[in-house]
Amino acid sequence: MIRQTNTMNAVEVSHLVKTYGKKKEVLALDDISLVVGQGELFGIIGPDGAGKTSLFRILTTLLLADSGRASVDGYEVVKQYKEIRNWVGYMPGKFSLYPDLSVAENLNFFATIFNTTVKKNFDLIRDIYVQIEPFQHRRAGKLSGGMKQKLALSCTLIHRPSVLFLDEPTTGVDAVSRKEFWEMLKRLKQQGITILVSTPYMDEAGLCDRVALMQNGSILSINTPQRVVSEFRNELIAAKSQKMLQLLEALKGYEGTENAYPFGEYHHVVMKKGFGMNGLKSYIDKVSAIPVDMVATEPDIEDCFIALMKDE
Amino acid sequence: MKQFIAFVKKEFIHIWRDRQTLLILLGMPIVQIVIFGFALTNEVKNAKIAILDQSKDAATASLITELASSRYFEIEKELSSYQQIETEFHKGKIKMAVVLPSRFQEDLLHFNKASVQLIADASDPNVANTLTNYATAIIMDYQKRITQDRQLPYTIHTEMRMLYNPQQKGAFNFVPGVMAMVLLLVCTMMTAITIVKEKEMGTMEIMLVSPMKPIMVVVAKAFPYLVLSLVNITSILLLSRFVLGVPINGSLFLLVVESILFTMVSLSLGLLVSTSAESQQTAMFISLVALLLPTIMLSGFMFPLENMPLPLRVVSNLIPAKWYYNIVKSVMIKGLPFQAVWKETLILAGMMVFLLVLAIRKFKIRLS
Repeated sequence: MIRQTNTMNAVEVSHLVKTYGKKKEVLALDDISLVVGQGELFGIIGPDGAGKTSLFRILTTLLLADSGRASVDGYEVVKQYKEIRNWVGYMPGKFSLYPDLSVAENLNFFATIFNTTVKKNFDLIRDIYVQIEPFQHRRAGKLSGGMKQKLALSCTLIHRPSVLFLDEPTTGVDAVSRKEFWEMLKRLKQQGITILVSTPYMDEAGLCDRVALMQNGSILSINTPQRVVSEFRNELIAAKSQKMLQLLEALKGYEGTENAYPFGEYHHVVMKKGFGMNGLKSYIDKVSAIPVDMVATEPDIEDCFIALMKDE
Repeated sequence: MKQFIAFVKKEFIHIWRDRQTLLILLGMPIVQIVIFGFALTNEVKNAKIAILDQSKDAATASLITELASSRYFEIEKELSSYQQIETEFHKGKIKMAVVLPSRFQEDLLHFNKASVQLIADASDPNVANTLTNYATAIIMDYQKRITQDRQLPYTIHTEMRMLYNPQQKGAFNFVPGVMAMVLLLVCTMMTAITIVKEKEMGTMEIMLVSPMKPIMVVVAKAFPYLVLSLVNITSILLLSRFVLGVPINGSLFLLVVESILFTMVSLSLGLLVSTSAESQQTAMFISLVALLLPTIMLSGFMFPLENMPLPLRVVSNLIPAKWYYNIVKSVMIKGLPFQAVWKETLILAGMMVFLLVLAIRKFKIRLS
């Protein structure tokens, strides 16, 4: 088989609706539309239950939507599902390899199932696989979490998919492995593979070409990370004190506070239009005796998402 | 085809590396044959009995010797009074008491008539029945011998011949039953579990989003259990032939072919269970309760179907094991040719096609 090259968008989704339950009482996807271009690294960010997995399963032909249309590589997900299954790579959220098979056996198995050999596409996975190669005779069940993830990615990539769907690949993986994982994704992008990746970690959004923010089955915004940040117009203040809990209560009590939330070792305070740091500072000094450090700060993507989610 | 081979290879690795399950799968038929062959038997041997001989003459002495020398009875105690009988039964050691009245020989010789009382512990009715039958047979034998040289006016002599199983060995009955049970258990339960396991682990999701056809996944999953079943059939046949002495009277080839047919029926059943079960526990529960129990009870292997009420007899026709059990009995024990079992074979083949088509149609190409 020769893979068709087409100039269409890698993924097109329009007005997708998906409900669960006998009476369709659970709305998982509420009129979702998005387009992912060829070779794009597209992130879908959202908390648990936002509908990310449902969207991925519809796109990988595993679920049927109630209404709306979707296509992957120009193929329609319902009627042409067999074509899609030949060419996409899908790594589900709880990707489990066969724990009683060794690393090499797992890889060979998946290569054969996808009508290819490890040798043929080894260049694609070399960077990833060299890290687990020393353990190639170890059973997959005995690998560490990060190692498993690398092996899973190798197995997903072994047939050189045109579009890669990664459902929360970094959930439950340590910080170092997460960073490595994203570096791998960047390298794969350079090979021309379109990647859709979902994650509940907002800090990972900045690593994507474009991100869609999902909540309760709807997409709140689709934009490049830079644009998301630049659209944040309010003044943002970071505040810190000895008693963080009381401070948060105090910050929320100010009339000029749009939103206040813990952010790392600080609390971030989004100011309403026309209010500023000086007003906030004198208010806090008045209501509580705790000494407070305050500094104006630049929003990052997480602040923007929190603001977007609050608007909903 | 390459995909198929890779998948089957993977399945074999799963089975091979799970040593405990493998041991159970291959050991189960052996254990069952041994248990049924040596422990669970309804033949009664060396039953302990008590004798109350109130006559103590030559006739009673020789009758008692007859009883004692048979392999069915062992004389536990000679009693001296009628009251003792009850006490002996209360102790629970004896299963039967034989009462020979006084003047036994005299009555026999002068009135041409004497009676023997058999008192059996009928708390287990089957054993009581068997024992009184044995004892009656021995007494009749004895009577025949002493009347041999006399001409009696009218006698009806019954002559029995036990065809196909002259020694009435229980093994002739349970070997076919165990074969049906083991094949059903291995094929249905294991196939159902192994497919559901793949669903539970989430690997089924990946298999679906692959060029592999669902039907190929299903067949590849079932195939290793077909092979395993052949191993089990072989070990059962070898054990029953050389350890239990059950002959294979008919064609071995026919027997194996029929067994493969039944194996495929069981595999299809397993596939069907797997399409509706969402967890390994459910799969196991359905296989055990909904399949194994009816197989044991309604295949005619444990309880004769002829005695069951009509509704149960009708239901028993739906149990594949019933037909297979009949086939094995006919071919293995009676030594009948294919012509004698073509109807059962056809029914099994029909069941297989029906179940397989249903399983494949119900197999989900998507997640829900």
